[in-house]
Amino acid sequence: MIVLELVFYAFSLVLVLAAVAVITVRNPVYSVLFLVLAFFSAAAIWMLLEAEFLAIILIVVYVGAVMVLFLFVVMMLDINLVPLKEGFIRYLPVAVLVAVAMAVELLMVLWSKGRFGVEMFPVPPPNPAGYSNTRELGELLYTNYLLPFEIAGVILLVAIIAAVALTLRTRSGIKKQNPSAQVRTRRDEGVRLVKMKSEKPGGD
Amino acid sequence: MLTLAHFLTLGAILFSLSVAGIFINRKNIIILLMCLELMLLAVNMNFVAFSRFLGNMDGQIFVFFILTVAAAEAGIGLAILVVLFRNRQTINVAELDDLKG
Repeated sequence: MIVLELVFYAFSLVLVLAAVAVITVRNPVYSVLFLVLAFFSAAAIWMLLEAEFLAIILIVVYVGAVMVLFLFVVMMLDINLVPLKEGFIRYLPVAVLVAVAMAVELLMVLWSKGRFGVEMFPVPPPNPAGYSNTRELGELLYTNYLLPFEIAGVILLVAIIAAVALTLRTRSGIKKQNPSAQVRTRRDEGVRLVKMKSEKPGGD
Repeated sequence: MLTLAHFLTLGAILFSLSVAGIFINRKNIIILLMCLELMLLAVNMNFVAFSRFLGNMDGQIFVFFILTVAAAEAGIGLAILVVLFRNRQTINVAELDDLKG
């Protein structure tokens, strides 16, 4: 059991250090990369909590898609970093004060009177061999939570359409085909009949 | 022995760190968005821990939906960011005062 604790503390340390790095490093690219590290450590801790499916989802979907999207945007924008960092030192004391106050309050609630200790929440036994977290999650998701699941799909669709609609731009001055205009064209738009006298071949 | 309080403590520390991040990076929208992601991670950590210690899978279902909505939020947020940068050539929050609010 001591091994589990060591694993927990090691990954927690990495997670907290990565979170500190995310909010303090100068370059947003490094910031994104530290956030990826934080997500990996969090996935390991979720493995300790036997939420295997969510741990894998966090890495595959979150790191693989969302964080890469962040990375693309950060690298695509040519940002002048100097004005973005001003005020860093000025707001640092306030930030530390607020964060420490919040953390102390939360920890006081957490650790006082053993509210969340072993007595109130006994440590559950590990799941038996052959237990499938994914199966349990799937059964719940497709029965009790079917409607929310479909709404989640609609939300993703809305996000896709919104992202495309926001970033789509029509440039002026570009020559391109307009298929609907091409299909709609009529004979009298393309053919002009010219009345003229017939001429004698080889005349004059 | 790893109790529920251990995991909740980790979540609390992460949440406080991301609040501090919002304070000290108040000029840079990208880092603000990343702090929001970190905050959601802290919340998810609590959900997963409670789900394990209460023996109830509903917490994990909730994390699933939070991840979905967070992905949508990140997508739309970054799209708005790209449009903003295209129009203003800056992502400095202090310069975004067109609405005179």
